[in-house]
Amino acid sequence: MNGSGLPENIPPHAEPASGGGVLSWIDRRLPVISAFRKEYVDFPMPRNLNALWNFGAILCAVLVLMLATGIFLAMNYTPTAAGAFMSIEMIERQLPGGWALRAMHVTGASLFMAALYIHLFRGLYYGSYKQPREILWLSGLGLLVMVMVTAFAGYVLPWGQMSYWGADVAGKAVGAVPVIGPTLEHIMEGSDQLGDIFIHRFFVLHFVMAFAIVAIVGLHVAALHVPGPNNPTGKPVNARDTVPFHPYYTTKDLTGLVVFALVFVALAFLWPDLLSEPENYRPANPLHTPADIEPEWYFLPFYGMLQSVPSKFGGLLAAGGSIAILFAVPWLDRSSIRSARSRPLCRAGMAGLVAAFVLMGLVGRHHAEGGWMIVGRIATLYYFSYFLVLLPLCARREMRGTAG
Amino acid sequence: MENPPDTQSTPAGRRNFLGLVTATTAAAGVGACLWPFLQSLAPRDGAAAHLPVDVDVSALPPGQQIVVTWQGRPVFITHRTPEALSALQDAALTGRLRDGQSQAGQQPPYAANWHRSLDPRYGVVVGICTHLGCVPTYRPLPEGQGEGNWPGGYACPCHGSRFDLAGRVFRGAPAPYNLPVPPYSMPSPTLIRLGENPAGQDFDFSSILQL
Repeated sequence: MNGSGLPENIPPHAEPASGGGVLSWIDRRLPVISAFRKEYVDFPMPRNLNALWNFGAILCAVLVLMLATGIFLAMNYTPTAAGAFMSIEMIERQLPGGWALRAMHVTGASLFMAALYIHLFRGLYYGSYKQPREILWLSGLGLLVMVMVTAFAGYVLPWGQMSYWGADVAGKAVGAVPVIGPTLEHIMEGSDQLGDIFIHRFFVLHFVMAFAIVAIVGLHVAALHVPGPNNPTGKPVNARDTVPFHPYYTTKDLTGLVVFALVFVALAFLWPDLLSEPENYRPANPLHTPADIEPEWYFLPFYGMLQSVPSKFGGLLAAGGSIAILFAVPWLDRSSIRSARSRPLCRAGMAGLVAAFVLMGLVGRHHAEGGWMIVGRIATLYYFSYFLVLLPLCARREMRGTAG
Repeated sequence: MENPPDTQSTPAGRRNFLGLVTATTAAAGVGACLWPFLQSLAPRDGAAAHLPVDVDVSALPPGQQIVVTWQGRPVFITHRTPEALSALQDAALTGRLRDGQSQAGQQPPYAANWHRSLDPRYGVVVGICTHLGCVPTYRPLPEGQGEGNWPGGYACPCHGSRFDLAGRVFRGAPAPYNLPVPPYSMPSPTLIRLGENPAGQDFDFSSILQL
């Protein structure tokens, strides 16, 4: 309250700030300050958001950390087949602070995916994909795909054994697409062998995607601020049940961040071997395949799906389709009830979906053989039938219930 | 004001104190997180940035020189002949040198001797003239007789500075100091490890007077 003669009929912060000072001079010409106040200080938030709503802010914080550490690592990284592994070793052993930068980047990649899966589950469980938040859901899924591409490209860069053989397997998977597959594989790898051209392409891809993700996050957040956030009940909130973003949700987000940072630091500095694969600390060797190739944990469910389907191209379709089907969810689920809290059947189905996802990860880990093969097939089948059969059917049942 | 009554009852002093403590802790955390970023930007031109370079001199015949790169600079490694060693100790020669006793800090303490090296047979000097930075030419054989003779050594092609086979500069030349001797050790009689001091020594190459 500056008492600068603000007309009484203009609510505070809704209009560009009047009065003296450099900030209000800027604001009258480019209303960034009042826009920030509107979206991040006074923005009305439902008062009943639970801890699952912390993960958006956590993802933003990790994204900033990934960009910062990534830029500093890139200053010391050499994207060549001969130099990549040595430059990573140089970062770890000789660059002052390099070990900490890389630890943050590696742990950040894993926990970014973990937070993203929780964030995605939150949206699925509370029906945050439904009208009017379809664009929010679609932009979020776009981000999921972009983050996966970036994570894979980043995993190639150290050019250790797992980088090399992971890239080899991924290339072969792309090559399994009928007709255009071999050409696609050849273009992706850039030459007839995995080497300098491939690493350089994936280095550029990793870097470019990172900044493209920032741009899409901007759209994602803008799409969120049009209808405002969903809430655990799924019902629209009236103004009486909202609180301003600051200080209520800034404080809550910061508290969530502190808890997340504790987990982050513990994993990065106390148990780094939980997230990293020792085999990738051997330089890439095209003459020797490691005994056990498996992707990072966050790709295991898709890897399990790839293995469970008894056809090379079929497995690829299933793995790709498991993401693609999420894009159709707003139109597969016709129920007008958002939150699974009020949908007992859907809620039970969703518990099965989480179990199937975890099981598919275990299948990926144990290579789909014998019993695991059967588990993998059942879990894959359930995953797809949840979205294609259960979700539309239980919506119809619920609507009949409300109509009758 | 709009504050709910329960927050209004909190004493302002305590609230400010808690806010200050929280902000300080957060600032300390952000600072600690920023530290490795700044650290990684620090210029790395000291010995820590470069691994030692091993040079095997067992195949180097007497009278010959090899040039190796160490920290991006040429290092002359010579196998001196007995004649060259006796020339280095010749009083008539040392009288013509600017710093015959290696008083100036152009070498590690363990090379501040008449042969400016660990082993008299092997000379190790950085081949950069202390005048304006040209790389001197190796002219090992004596030339001429009498007062102004050439006992063998290095001659700089740029401005005519001359050094003997231990890298000691002659009077009357523009170069002010002897050629620098890098830190090195000899793990075996024929292995020279550039960039690593002998055990118990801690010479820092950046402390020399003139490169």
